[in-house]
Amino acid sequence: MTSLLVWSLAVPIGGALLAFVVGGRRVHWFALATLPIGLAIAIAIAAALSRSSGPLLYLIGGWSPPLGVALRADWLSAIMMVITAVVICGIAAFACGDFISPRPAEARRPFAFWILLLALWSALNLVFLSGDLFTLYVALELLVFSAVPLVCLDGRAETLRAALRYLLFALLGSVLYLVGTGLLYGACGTLDIDLLAACLRPEPVTLVAASLMTAGLLAKTALFPLYLWLPAAHAGAPPAASAVLSALVVKGSFFVAVRLWFFVMPALPGEAATQVMSALAAAAIVFASLLALRQDRLKLLVAYSTLAQIGYIFLMFALAFDEGSGRMVQGSALVGGMMQAISHATAKAGMFMAAGMIYASLGHDRISELGGIARAAPLAALTFLLAGLALIGPPSSGVYLAKTLLLRAADNTGQWWWAGVLQVGGVLTSAYLILVVAHALAPMRRAPTPGHAAIPRLQQAAALALVLCSLVLGLVPWQPWLPLPVAMSGHGPLGLAALWSMLWPILIGVPVAYLLGRRGNRRPWRVALWLEDADRLLRQWPTAGASLVAVAVALAAAMFFGR
Amino acid sequence: MNAATLAGLSGAALIGLGLYGVLTHPHPLRKLLSFNVLGSGVFLMFGIIARKGAAAGLAADPVPQALVITGIVIAFSATALAVALLLRLFAVDRSATLRPDATIERNDRSDA
Repeated sequence: MTSLLVWSLAVPIGGALLAFVVGGRRVHWFALATLPIGLAIAIAIAAALSRSSGPLLYLIGGWSPPLGVALRADWLSAIMMVITAVVICGIAAFACGDFISPRPAEARRPFAFWILLLALWSALNLVFLSGDLFTLYVALELLVFSAVPLVCLDGRAETLRAALRYLLFALLGSVLYLVGTGLLYGACGTLDIDLLAACLRPEPVTLVAASLMTAGLLAKTALFPLYLWLPAAHAGAPPAASAVLSALVVKGSFFVAVRLWFFVMPALPGEAATQVMSALAAAAIVFASLLALRQDRLKLLVAYSTLAQIGYIFLMFALAFDEGSGRMVQGSALVGGMMQAISHATAKAGMFMAAGMIYASLGHDRISELGGIARAAPLAALTFLLAGLALIGPPSSGVYLAKTLLLRAADNTGQWWWAGVLQVGGVLTSAYLILVVAHALAPMRRAPTPGHAAIPRLQQAAALALVLCSLVLGLVPWQPWLPLPVAMSGHGPLGLAALWSMLWPILIGVPVAYLLGRRGNRRPWRVALWLEDADRLLRQWPTAGASLVAVAVALAAAMFFGR
Repeated sequence: MNAATLAGLSGAALIGLGLYGVLTHPHPLRKLLSFNVLGSGVFLMFGIIARKGAAAGLAADPVPQALVITGIVIAFSATALAVALLLRLFAVDRSATLRPDATIERNDRSDA
């Protein structure tokens, strides 16, 4: 049974290699044949895990750590693998509309897209399964190498520029991670996660290593203020590629950060460092949501929304810290964070696809000229709306479950301020959704640019399916996999309180969208202009570099003095 | 000061120089070269860590050396990918600046 772990890596990469050698014009056939096998393997691993008493373990070559390298599947890996497989299948279905080589010759874009998609899947599975820090480093690099070309698939100068910025900043992040790995090896003589967890003590070396590795991972995940590469990269790529990048790629380095903090060194960071992490997350939620309101293009708005959601998934670090034992606890706060991550993966993939379809049917994606979209592309507009709702969190959705868990954790640990951030984030999310809806409901200003083909049915179905998936994640019986309080799963019929919890952020969101949103030629508030200046400044290399160093120093200082 | 300390200090100096270069040089090729300097510093540091194995009677601990080889391969591929992107950018745009608004500005200029 445990050999499934190897197959989950070998099948996608094997498909990619085979497609590369013999694929040619039919490269998508190989990809589409690989998808169901990969999905079945992911589901089989999750099923095997629900029957087994501990994590599934596979020793490569039969060598056990510290000599050998282990693959481990625990509940975190299992749910991430299944959701990744589902999202990749949805994205592949969507990409069938955009990335099929025309007859007779093979085209460069489809060829690259399908191979990169499979390679990226294999890299993600390696991130979720690897049992030691160096394999995680290799997996992260494979992920970046397959994600960067996706950014510049259409070869325009600004996408090439975005890809280079992404690559260089990601490399900087991974070098910091590599330095930390080396220091930890020097301290313990092993890089296996379980063996390291037993060996690590809070000494200067390990604390420096921990803060460098964390800072590197935050740079790769684009947590505020280290996001200089993300908006251009995610907004410039073709819709299917944006969906992969935003839904899955940023989750890879987030997952490694979770592995590091919760599994490798639960006792190392201490309370102050968790507060630093959550403070960055809170800043990301507020700052990026406000900036989303100030964008003039729909895809950029979605990209800034991704930045805000990255903040959401990092908010759990302070909530998962147990003061009594001084350790990170793998409890309901962690489950809440992971639930937020998988709900965002499904909803945001659907949202980027919907934005892509809106672009295709209008010939542009300027928010101020979205009027009439509900008639031109009704299903795409509906998908966008539902994806936005899924991010706000109606009572059946994964986001609702995640928020309930996080709010409860905030309540239990007495950290009301993070609960406040969660609520403010909900209001701001509603605000930028309302802004889009308000423009979309306006009457059509001019006829859509002619010459745009109708959107394929399959694309509409794929986007809608992923969004619906996010909307029902809260109803899935998670007990066999997640350490979830019994009362939480399948939380009863839709009560008035649950509906109200979704309604009031929307009600407050309306005036916020009106006051801060970008509307026509109206002179914006000075606050909004300051925000835009700050955003431009943070997307400059020297500022981003200084922020990276500052984050590393802040984390190190918190770990040294805040224990 | 023995050889190991000297090598360690050189590694640290290279890491510092490389980091400074990546962050401050505006030209992407210089950033890439600085990244390689930074990488060399890190690999040197791994070499020093391998010296700890000498205590066990080996010439050096082989594991960090294996890690360094993998790291070098990865740094090499990353450099190759970045150079490919850079060449492509130059072919498309006749410039190699990373400023996100560069294309728009030039279009504005040619419009005027």
